[in-house]
Amino acid sequence: MKNEALFRFLLRLGDDSLILGQRLAEWCGHGPILEEDIAMTNISLDLIGQAMSILDYAGVVEDKGRDCDKLGLLRFESEYVNLLLVEQPNGDFGDTMMRQFLFDAFRKPLYERLVNSSDKQLAAIADKSLKETRYHLKHSSEWIIRLGDGTEESHTRIQNSLDTLWRYSSELFYSDEVDNELTKTGILPDLSGIRSEWEATVNSVFQQATIVIPTNNWKFEGGRLGRHSEHFGHLLSELQYMQRAYPNMQW
Amino acid sequence: MSTNEWPLWEVFIRSKQGLNHKHVGSLRAADSTMALDNARDVYTRRSEGISIWVVESNYVHANDPADADAYFEPSDTKIFRHPTFYEVHEGIKHM
Amino acid sequence: MRVLESVELEQKFQDKIDKEIKIEPNDWMPDAYRKTLIRQMSQHAHSEVVGMLPEANWITRAPNLRRKAVLLAKVQDEAGHGLYLYSATETLGADREATIDDLHSGKAKYSSIFNYPAVSWADIGAIGWLVDGAAIMNQVALCRCSYGPYARAMVKICKEESFHQRQGYELLTTLANGSPEQKQLAQEALNRFWWPALMMFGPNDDESPNSAQSMKWKIKRLSNDELRQNFIDATVPQAELIGLKVPDPNLKWNEETGHYDFSPINWDEFWQVVGGNGPCNKQRVDARRKAKENGLWVREAAMAFAEKRASRKSA
Repeated sequence: MKNEALFRFLLRLGDDSLILGQRLAEWCGHGPILEEDIAMTNISLDLIGQAMSILDYAGVVEDKGRDCDKLGLLRFESEYVNLLLVEQPNGDFGDTMMRQFLFDAFRKPLYERLVNSSDKQLAAIADKSLKETRYHLKHSSEWIIRLGDGTEESHTRIQNSLDTLWRYSSELFYSDEVDNELTKTGILPDLSGIRSEWEATVNSVFQQATIVIPTNNWKFEGGRLGRHSEHFGHLLSELQYMQRAYPNMQW
Repeated sequence: MSTNEWPLWEVFIRSKQGLNHKHVGSLRAADSTMALDNARDVYTRRSEGISIWVVESNYVHANDPADADAYFEPSDTKIFRHPTFYEVHEGIKHM
Repeated sequence: MRVLESVELEQKFQDKIDKEIKIEPNDWMPDAYRKTLIRQMSQHAHSEVVGMLPEANWITRAPNLRRKAVLLAKVQDEAGHGLYLYSATETLGADREATIDDLHSGKAKYSSIFNYPAVSWADIGAIGWLVDGAAIMNQVALCRCSYGPYARAMVKICKEESFHQRQGYELLTTLANGSPEQKQLAQEALNRFWWPALMMFGPNDDESPNSAQSMKWKIKRLSNDELRQNFIDATVPQAELIGLKVPDPNLKWNEETGHYDFSPINWDEFWQVVGGNGPCNKQRVDARRKAKENGLWVREAAMAFAEKRASRKSA
């Protein structure tokens, strides 16, 4: 393999898109109103598209003949390195939007930096994905504010969503030798400002939504190292069903 | 069950620079921000547009079709408003 | 005097239709025309939306990411088409949410085909190829429907749907050319969906009491049997081309008529499914009702927020 660290970084990036895209796709046909059903499907489609290009490129970097389908649909559970946040179940619409918002607010500054990667392919993928992500963030921010500052019921619900999902937010900023290695070789630009940008977005939106960050600061991490929640196996059993039931076929 | 129904909005899309916005349909949204978002998601999935207008349907006023004769037929007889009404000397190529 | 007036209006209305002049929302129209349209258009809208469910059932299990994206885009289109059609129905004064409530209460119908389950990946192919194929036959004819907003919605929908049938056929072609297991999946899907697809065109012409009036009003441009025959004539060669067998022992090309002959349709089954006894009727309507109920707090919140913002602005 030309670049082990780049491969692992791409898997993390691609798995986040894939797993969140898969989760959002579960909403298709069940959205709170037709217009929003269509909106969520659009986001899901963007994410699956991102996953395809990122994982295809990961396959190229790995150089073992794996493409986005082999990587996306045929790894074992512990080989997926997505954030715990994105694999959390959809819950109600508020849970889904909160999960989306916490993620989008992180993805946007990340892509804004990745467009400057010295790796041309990664930069190109980031450029295309950034435009999509800007819209996703606009959409999810608006919903968080609406729900937070809507009715009493919606306020309570979205506050509960935040209380539940907040514990998965610190993993967004997980960093290890993969990132260090890539920063050293100049493939990754300096990512250190992402966290403060994320915090600024989150604080501003929560303030408008009149909801508050929970005081319980207990954090869950592990996804980046392949340690997942119980929900993940069920997600994979759907995601991989056809590939496992009918191995080695063209579809 | 129809309480709290979102208002109806009419959607107009400019398909490319240099063309008018054209009415493409309607949708439901709670406010104008959402109406624009929804219009983007519903009506531009295939790159149909580069600019969107939304107008709450309540604010669109239409003439009564019963008055259509009185409104529109009088202009039918004013054929002198059209260039084809005039004869131009054969020797003149562009006018 | 009043009777005379309405006779005259109806005559004028029919003259317009005969001259192929479209009827637009605020134009005078007979009550029965309006009612027929509202019924047909809302049924059509419901069909698009309920029709999302059997296919959505496979999005999370699509065999590869390209197919997942294609299916997701396709099912999303159905939502869009439902929305275009609800919008067109609203131009007749039929409130969308009230129309949807009629679906949920069982008062309004939708295409019976969606009461059949999609049990294998190949069914996704069969739905695209046969169900969308049959729908397109109907919809192409409806592009010339006399009611302007309906005709325009159909033009848009037909344009977008052209990829739907192709992706279904392509999907099945891949299976038919694949492993024996895949080929079997494809054949079984055709066996499951062939007859229900033929039923989509509705009862035989002599059993279809409202058809004559709808044809006169040009809401309907071709009869049920004509459309069904066109569909069979177009589809049988497509099945043969990929080596699948249409499950009808009496299917035969008739040189004389220039059409395929086929077995009588099991109308008992059709009426059972229409009447609510199909394999998935309850499941489908429950899913849609649940989506609306679960979304109520979201829709209320958005409205409350919009009102708050508006009053803050004006304050």
